[in-house]
Amino acid sequence: ELKEEFTRILKANNPYAPQNIVRYSFKKRAYKPINYVDQMAIHFSMNGNMILKDSDEGRRQSIKLSTTAAEKAPVETSAVTSEEAEIKDEDSTGDTQAAGEEEGEGSGTAEVAEAVEAVEAVEAEEPAPPRVKEQKLANRFNFIESASRTVNRPMQESACQTDPTPRKDFSATPTQWEIYDAYVEELQKIAMSKMKAKPKAQIAETEDKNKGRKLTPLESQSDDLPTFSDTAKVLERMVDQSGFDDIAQDFKYFEDASDEYRDQQGTLLPLWKFQADKTKRLAVTDISWNPKHKDLFAAGYGSYDFTKQGQGMLLVYTMKNPSFPEYIFSSESGIMCLDFHNDYPYLVAVGFYDGNVAIYNLNKATSQRSHKSSPKSGKHTEPVWQVKWQKDDIENNVNFFSISSDGRIVSWTLVKSGLVHTDIIKLSVEGTTTEGPEGLQLQNPGCGTSFDFHKEIDYLFLVGTEEGKIYKCSKFYSRQFLDVFEAHHMPVDSIRWNPYHMKVFISCSSDWTVKIWDHTIKTPMFIYNLNSAVGDVAWSPYSSTVFAAVTTDGKAHVFDLNINKYEALCTQLVVGKKKYKPTCIQFNPVYPVVIIGDERGHVTSLKLSPNLRKMPKVRR
Amino acid sequence: MADTGEGKKEEADYKTFHTFPLIRHTDMPEEMRVEAVELCVTACEKYTTNNESAAKMIKEMMDKKFGSSWHVVIGEGFGFEITHEVKNLLYMFFGGSLAVCVWKCS
Repeated sequence: ELKEEFTRILKANNPYAPQNIVRYSFKKRAYKPINYVDQMAIHFSMNGNMILKDSDEGRRQSIKLSTTAAEKAPVETSAVTSEEAEIKDEDSTGDTQAAGEEEGEGSGTAEVAEAVEAVEAVEAEEPAPPRVKEQKLANRFNFIESASRTVNRPMQESACQTDPTPRKDFSATPTQWEIYDAYVEELQKIAMSKMKAKPKAQIAETEDKNKGRKLTPLESQSDDLPTFSDTAKVLERMVDQSGFDDIAQDFKYFEDASDEYRDQQGTLLPLWKFQADKTKRLAVTDISWNPKHKDLFAAGYGSYDFTKQGQGMLLVYTMKNPSFPEYIFSSESGIMCLDFHNDYPYLVAVGFYDGNVAIYNLNKATSQRSHKSSPKSGKHTEPVWQVKWQKDDIENNVNFFSISSDGRIVSWTLVKSGLVHTDIIKLSVEGTTTEGPEGLQLQNPGCGTSFDFHKEIDYLFLVGTEEGKIYKCSKFYSRQFLDVFEAHHMPVDSIRWNPYHMKVFISCSSDWTVKIWDHTIKTPMFIYNLNSAVGDVAWSPYSSTVFAAVTTDGKAHVFDLNINKYEALCTQLVVGKKKYKPTCIQFNPVYPVVIIGDERGHVTSLKLSPNLRKMPKVRR
Repeated sequence: MADTGEGKKEEADYKTFHTFPLIRHTDMPEEMRVEAVELCVTACEKYTTNNESAAKMIKEMMDKKFGSSWHVVIGEGFGFEITHEVKNLLYMFFGGSLAVCVWKCS
């Protein structure tokens, strides 16, 4: 293999030159090949700085050199050498090193010529004016390029558009007559409102008118209060209950454990106390639980004192909010009694000290009574001591009975136009007649103080009087009584039928006694002497043998006939001070709570301890 | 004579009683409304004979106070249908026979 011969031919053409160059010809609009390709290859190229002596630049340079040579003429030899060196220096500025030697040569020849010129110049120097030494020009072409570029962040387009403001259309046609009409209407409105307005507003309006400018906006700002009221109510109750938290807990869960050791005695645990500022002077005359809402009760306020008669109030409280009543109604005369309707739990019948009766509707927002009796419609002439709702009559009108000291028991029916009364019975004191004018025998009207209707026998009811007698009456007999019981020596304050035993009723009186009767028997079955005038007595709804009574010495007595026939299971002081006489007592139909109203306008609620709550065992 | 006398008296009454600014329709908030009404009354009282100047004054003041592009029309008998930005309209009567409508719409 080593012996192989490789032939190499040297040619004149450039092996690196392209062999087929094609150029686009715009004239022919096509690519056309170029036949002749340049074969020249440049191996070395160098730019030199030799200038033709006779050109502009050459002449300029020679003049410059000659001036410098003339200045240094006296020192010839060294000067010449220094000149040479200078010249060399001058000329070699800007030269590349590669051309150094050539330049040296060039300068050498120039030097000779310049030396000759210098001699000539020296000769001609003296007469010639001194030449201005030309400033050494800085080489403007010897730049150093230095560039930099900041970072260009990328751009991004971002646009947004706001929502257009809400627009609305409006149109009207103001004309002379329309303007006039509008003014007239406005004036009328102002006149109306002036008549109804309160004095403050009137003064303000007249002031404004005097100024001559009165702004009367037709639009009134909407009142946000109604929407808050429900939430506010709930919040109020929550706050209240958290304030009375321990009491609420007691109410719900506390069971007096010491009852076991107490040998059938019980206690009353005080719970909330309901009172309001407005009723501070008034006595609680009657309380009644709402049949529908078991925590709602109404308390009527008035005064028992004949001399101190003022206004009356009806407050409806709920146990959920002990600090403020739910409803407040006020009246000119003291309220003596009240009753909730069983079927329409928002209707409250109320009897007044001045003999009127009225119906309040809790559904209506006003604080005025919805219906009221008047002297024309046959109100009583004496205080109304008790009112009680009856079943709706044939025409489905609500009606109630009222009893009063003027001896009349009146049935009131609520028809569309108002209250209509019907005298049911006129009480009279038996056996006493007075001589009236012209020898008429007048019956003295007896004074009824309380009554109660039988739960099942509709027409049967009992009436207690101021003389201490209890009459058994029927709705159908207007003059005669079915029976009479010589019950007490003093006015009968309260009569109640037993809710379970249809024959039994209880009566209490200011003669310190509480008596239990069977209405078929003339004499009482039980007599309890409580050492103080008894204000009110009530049967418990959960047991037929439990009842409670309040006395004017501030004590509440709870009896259970099943357990102890002769003594109270519990005798407890329930009102704050001795002078606050309790006036009425009621059991809550559902919870083991009693409420007691007293003469100072307080209503106290108490929880019955377990011993007092024993339900009788069902006998088989 | 009595009749005309009475008629004149009525007219005088009507003039005195019907001059207060009566807002017919507005949906402005309270403070804006009060200011606008005051402004209208001032302008109308100042330029009783020239509705245009009154309108000009009102418009410029409203632009300054409450933002640009208010429109004002003052007249005694015209009809209109406008689009206004919500809560920026006042339509009122003044002086017994003038109606002023001020609204904003940019």
